[in-house]
Amino acid sequence: MLARISRRLAGLLATLLAASFVIFAAVYAAPGDPAVFLAGGRDKLTPEKLELVRAQYHLDEPLVVQYGRWLGDCLHFDLGRSFKYSDQVADLIVARFPTTLALVAYATVLFVVLGVGAGILAAVRRGTWIDSAVVGGTTLAASVPSFVSAIALAAVFGVQLGWFPVTGGGEGFTGTLHHLTLPALALALGALAIISRVTRQAMADAGAADHVEAARSSGIPEREIVRRHILRNALGPIVTMCGLVMAGMLAGTVVVETAFGISGIGSLLVGAINTHDFPVAQAVLLLMVTGYIVVTTLVDLVHPLLDPRVKEAAV
Amino acid sequence: MTAPTLAPTSAPALVKIPAARRSYGAILAGAVLGLVVLAALLAPLIAPYAPDAIDLSASLAGTTGDHLLGTDSSGQDLLSRVLYGARTSLVAPALLLAIAAVLGIALGTLAAWRGGWADTVVSRLTDVMYAFPGLLFTVLIIAVFGAGMTTSVLALGLAYTPTVAKYTRSVAIGERRKPYIDAYRVQGMGGLRICAFHLVPNLGRSVIGYLVVLFGEALMSLATLSYLGFGAQPPSSDWGLMVQEGQAAVVQGALLPALVPGIAIALVVVSFNVVGVRAADRLANGR
Amino acid sequence: MPYEAAGSDTVLLDIDHLTLRLPGTARPVLDQVSLRVASGEVVGLVGESGSGKSTTAKAALRTLPEGTALDGSVRVAGRDVLALRGEELRAHRARTVALVHQDPRAALNPVRRIGDFLVERLAAAGTGVTGAAARDRAVELLGAVGLDEPGRRVRQRPHELSGGMLQRVVIAGALAAEPRLLLADEATSALDVTTQAEILALLRTLRAERGLGLLFITHDLHLAAAYCDRVYVMYAGRVVEERTAGDLFERPRHPYTRGLLACSPTLGEDHREIRPIPGKPPSLADAFAGCPFAERCPDAEPECATWRPEPVALADGGTGSASCRRLPELVPVPQIPQKGADR
Repeated sequence: MLARISRRLAGLLATLLAASFVIFAAVYAAPGDPAVFLAGGRDKLTPEKLELVRAQYHLDEPLVVQYGRWLGDCLHFDLGRSFKYSDQVADLIVARFPTTLALVAYATVLFVVLGVGAGILAAVRRGTWIDSAVVGGTTLAASVPSFVSAIALAAVFGVQLGWFPVTGGGEGFTGTLHHLTLPALALALGALAIISRVTRQAMADAGAADHVEAARSSGIPEREIVRRHILRNALGPIVTMCGLVMAGMLAGTVVVETAFGISGIGSLLVGAINTHDFPVAQAVLLLMVTGYIVVTTLVDLVHPLLDPRVKEAAV
Repeated sequence: MTAPTLAPTSAPALVKIPAARRSYGAILAGAVLGLVVLAALLAPLIAPYAPDAIDLSASLAGTTGDHLLGTDSSGQDLLSRVLYGARTSLVAPALLLAIAAVLGIALGTLAAWRGGWADTVVSRLTDVMYAFPGLLFTVLIIAVFGAGMTTSVLALGLAYTPTVAKYTRSVAIGERRKPYIDAYRVQGMGGLRICAFHLVPNLGRSVIGYLVVLFGEALMSLATLSYLGFGAQPPSSDWGLMVQEGQAAVVQGALLPALVPGIAIALVVVSFNVVGVRAADRLANGR
Repeated sequence: MPYEAAGSDTVLLDIDHLTLRLPGTARPVLDQVSLRVASGEVVGLVGESGSGKSTTAKAALRTLPEGTALDGSVRVAGRDVLALRGEELRAHRARTVALVHQDPRAALNPVRRIGDFLVERLAAAGTGVTGAAARDRAVELLGAVGLDEPGRRVRQRPHELSGGMLQRVVIAGALAAEPRLLLADEATSALDVTTQAEILALLRTLRAERGLGLLFITHDLHLAAAYCDRVYVMYAGRVVEERTAGDLFERPRHPYTRGLLACSPTLGEDHREIRPIPGKPPSLADAFAGCPFAERCPDAEPECATWRPEPVALADGGTGSASCRRLPELVPVPQIPQKGADR
């Protein structure tokens, strides 16, 4: 078990290093002088500013050294300076990250509860109209891009019915909840489709096992069979998939935050790219990739705890 | 978010519709796609207006006899724009998948044929790209090279390459164990020749089936990029861009400018997903 | 044909002319099957795979696939099983009859502990034993089926136990409900020989101690003849012969039974030829106008292909019956048929 964890952690570090190097070295793929690129293009570029960029990124040193220094700075949360906001990048991110986290957390609660619920319903009522409705609904939900569902939700529940605000992040707990409901729904919709299908399939697989038939033929009540045998045994794939989808959601905020005008790190990334503010884009990308890799690794480590058979094999 | 758009790695396996429900839906989906292809081909003939014809006097008109699906804030006819937009929406995903197919099949075949270091290198590259969730790899490329349809198509093509490579590798490993490959080798044929003229053509069916499944997703990814302002630029009639342009009008109560292209995207993607799974099954089963 | 075993006052399982059809099959899965098990009796049910023996057991539990068409009756302890629905059916499965499967590893949920399995059965049977008392009862049950360290076993999971130990656990689970009838469906077939013997001895002890009726389903005619009081032989969904075990082994009457006995070697018969039955067991896609065994039968006459099989009483006054139209003519000793030795 311990060997497995350390192996997995080593893999995590290697992937993180490789991904961060790609994010860093991308500067050199940009056409023209990297210093000019990092400073945000030629307009309003002063020699002093250029000098500042060169010094901050150690552009006169070899690439590997530059990367090492940059990574070291990142580890100290010194993410450089945004030349657009003329602010520390770290401050920008710290100010906006809570909103994004709240959005992801809210969406996660929604997709786990609704997705697993719909999946269980479809699995238990397999072959009925309820099952068909869930399968049809999720096929549709999986085919609607989040920006379209965001706008449709805003149009119906925000503009037409006036139930929810269509822009902004809100103040306080209830205010935040109120403001983030539609964005969280838009973010959760596609995830919900995936999770309900995974749940339905995992339960169908678990339900086909001989021991379920054996339990049924020995008169165990159906409710117990679903809960203790089918759902319990299907938990592995369901939890894994929930974790993976949640990890990917950090990237999904890019679209939803833009659609609802929420100032989180997703909209920060979009703004940074549109304004050629590369240091900010770099930092946000690094944060999102790190979050994604860490969460997927955690999911991988948790999985064996749910299934004694895998646990045994993993030792 | 739609996790399928943002996670090309996991979605195709999940887009499975139970067999019993397929045939009826597949006919409907096929019909929708047929209509969309027709619309794209015949746009100049059937569109009532030019897609970029501005008529500020008819700004945000609802459905009228003049404008069947209404107009946007600059008075451009939405029906005409959606018809023209079908062109980019079909051609651009096809292009990016073509790029991903060429690179992915080459890398996947190389990894499967050579094994050893080639396999290791390809799978390490794949791992690094998979470390970027959803569209983030593409976004990084766009951050570096700037926004635009060409950059978006190239970047997405690159982003889809590992997915295609991984799939090709798994099919190719099975294929290369078959006796006919050995037969060519015994005849003294070179590895490159066997791969190019015999192995890859035999993989064709299942890889093409897989690409069809990816199409809906590729379309969603591109539309998302355009919506964010990274892809198609005005005055294009790209659907994703149209949604972005129409969004402001939603607050004013005019829903059509954003919803018409949005529904068009959803309709085409769902049709592709329904048809794609079926096509993939058929192609893989050699029917 | 209904046969009363000596001293069997209570008939536990009474299947009467049961015909069972599944959609999409050419012939009934069960065709006019009649079978009885009395309390304290061990009854063997023998046949090749697909002969319908497992389906017969399923009928007793009414665990049949959807779309099954039934005719005839199945009574367990006097209750009409086929009429049971919902809660009544669940209670019937939980209390009156218990099934022991072929593969104990498949019968247990791999992610749950042995103790949970037993406690769940106790609860389903409505014993009213809960909590710590249920735990104690689980340990007790494991002890009763001869598992060592039962206190430790309840905390273990199936993958930590051997196949023989697991079959004891499954039997303990079956006993949790204190059923009156035990159905053992190939319960020992997947075990190695010594474990098999232990499980057989355990089942016999339990039957004696608790007065259980035991339906012992197996493909092994020799084992059934040695272990059971009475044996039914099934072929293509029909009972072809029903005899006391000793009679069956010494004087098999139906050509199929004789064929089965002739195709396996027995100790001490070094000069007897081993003769497999020609042809292959019928599938559900094969329909028969007459005797289903006719085309593989060494004694068949053209008329057999149209004769609807029915039980024929044994002419020599022996107990039991066999469904063969040539029964009166066939000699009641194991003989070597001339035909069919072509392989």
